[in-house]
Amino acid sequence: MTDTTVSTARSRSASAGAGLSLQQQRQRAAFWFIAPMVTALFCVAAWPLMRTIYFSLTDTTLSNLYGGKFIGFDNYLSWRTLESGRTVYKGTLVDPAWWNAVWNTVRFSLVSVTIETTLGMIVALVLNAEFKGRGFVRAAILVPWAIPTIVSAKMWAWMLNDQFGIINDMLLKLGIISEKIAWTANIDTAMFAVLIVDIWKTTPFMALLCLAGLQMIPRDIYEAAKIDGVHPVKVFFKITLPLVRPALMVAVIFRILDALRIFDLVYVLTPNSKATKTMSVISRENLIDFDKFAYGSAQSTLLFAIIAVFVALYIWIGKVDLSGDGGK
Amino acid sequence: MDYIKTGAFYLLVAVIVLFSIFPFYYAILTSLKTGTAIFSINYLPRDVDWGNYVSVLTGRTFLRNLVNSIFIATTTVVFALFLAVTASYALARVRFRGRGLLLMTILAVSMFPQIAVLAGLFELVRWLGLYNTPWALILSYTIFTLPFTVWVLTTFMRDLPVEIEEAAIVDGATPWVIISKVFLPLLWPALVTTGLLAFIGAWNEFLFALTFTSSEVQRTVPVGIALLSGASQQEIPWGPIMAASVIVTVPLIVLVLIFQRKIVAGLTAGGVKG
Repeated sequence: MTDTTVSTARSRSASAGAGLSLQQQRQRAAFWFIAPMVTALFCVAAWPLMRTIYFSLTDTTLSNLYGGKFIGFDNYLSWRTLESGRTVYKGTLVDPAWWNAVWNTVRFSLVSVTIETTLGMIVALVLNAEFKGRGFVRAAILVPWAIPTIVSAKMWAWMLNDQFGIINDMLLKLGIISEKIAWTANIDTAMFAVLIVDIWKTTPFMALLCLAGLQMIPRDIYEAAKIDGVHPVKVFFKITLPLVRPALMVAVIFRILDALRIFDLVYVLTPNSKATKTMSVISRENLIDFDKFAYGSAQSTLLFAIIAVFVALYIWIGKVDLSGDGGK
Repeated sequence: MDYIKTGAFYLLVAVIVLFSIFPFYYAILTSLKTGTAIFSINYLPRDVDWGNYVSVLTGRTFLRNLVNSIFIATTTVVFALFLAVTASYALARVRFRGRGLLLMTILAVSMFPQIAVLAGLFELVRWLGLYNTPWALILSYTIFTLPFTVWVLTTFMRDLPVEIEEAAIVDGATPWVIISKVFLPLLWPALVTTGLLAFIGAWNEFLFALTFTSSEVQRTVPVGIALLSGASQQEIPWGPIMAASVIVTVPLIVLVLIFQRKIVAGLTAGGVKG
């Protein structure tokens, strides 16, 4: 901080001689205010990202981080033609385990975000109505959001336990299922279990974002519709939805970004299940557990590329205000 | 007809509340049962047995993990806020070339998949000799706390009236004085909100905490809970896990409920400010 004061003091004394304007003086101060933040971000984001991409082009292993040789794109795709004339492909892009993870991630993201948006909208519509105990309900839906992901994964793992889980007990008592289901272990239901927990945990977030959008709609539009005798369902689809759509779109993309990189919930709730392994999980497995550091780097680079596309989409669709003029 | 409508509405409300709260309620219920009682299912509390809490709190590592988590999350937040306040002043209030690009980069970094930097950060952490220390996590958490705090504080500062700053400039205040004397007092509510959200983010983080620690005593709470094992590999100690979960969650829930309104505002500023 002393640096900053010194530099501004210096620039002010200079301004007498060299004629630095107030604007220039402020810009100089701004540079020193921003520099530490940019340096920090460079060290923890840009540099490691570049190293990851570099590692993905080498044959580095975890035990020997600096012994890797440059091998080009072999971790992604390489091929060799055998003497018999048959071509053998190798690399992430022809690895069925990777494509399984991609499919799991995409399936998870699409289903979870769709359901979370729908339920979030319903909850937001409820909270937007005036009724007794609204404050209590809003507090209640914040509870799942406040609980750490690992804790919710463990809580639900216990509730979904095949032998002693309360979910099986409830469903048996209600006569919905006839025998106990091993929700997290069974390959057919594992993804379902992950989806339930994620929806439980994230719907509040969507609801709050939807609610913020709903509250920006002026009330008199609804009153006008009421006087004209428009059916509430029609009001929702013709008035509410078009008006919250911009806010909703941004929230949806924000959620998709989050869903695409999901790691902790899957890792803890359904460890080592082929049916739920996502891109993040398989990348970390190769990076750390299987000593295929470079191969894992290649997979995380691919995930980065996919997410980068969505980030660009977010900034474009969200028309995020970057000008700083507040011109919205 | 109106009765049915109101009835259906309140039924929906009841379902929402029940679905939200029940899992945590059941975790508390389980945490108060020991021995074989855990394996009998009951929906209402029967006996209260604090055995799990005693065993978790007197265990070898849980308290240590709790201290780690508090230290790491607090340091990360203080560090991020310190860098973010000055940076966001410059980003919100000073016109300079490349400001839009810089803001866009910050927003993009806040959406980074953490796995993409894992390999590079692992190397950095090893190189700096920070592996298996809290500093490895403080360093790596900056990647998501810093862009978030900068972004939210920038949007907040942009909305403050220009006049107060102009008055200070006329009085000959330097930019540093403007920040510390004029803006900081106005910023407190925003600082509390962003600080709290960043704290929750750091408190809950799992991927880096799992990868950059190796010994039990260096773990943070989420990793500790995830890897808590019983006497044998097969036997999962559900009672202690639930007790530990309740201990780390109750403070968060209390904080969130106290600051509900501010948190909602902060989330909307960070998520949808379009």
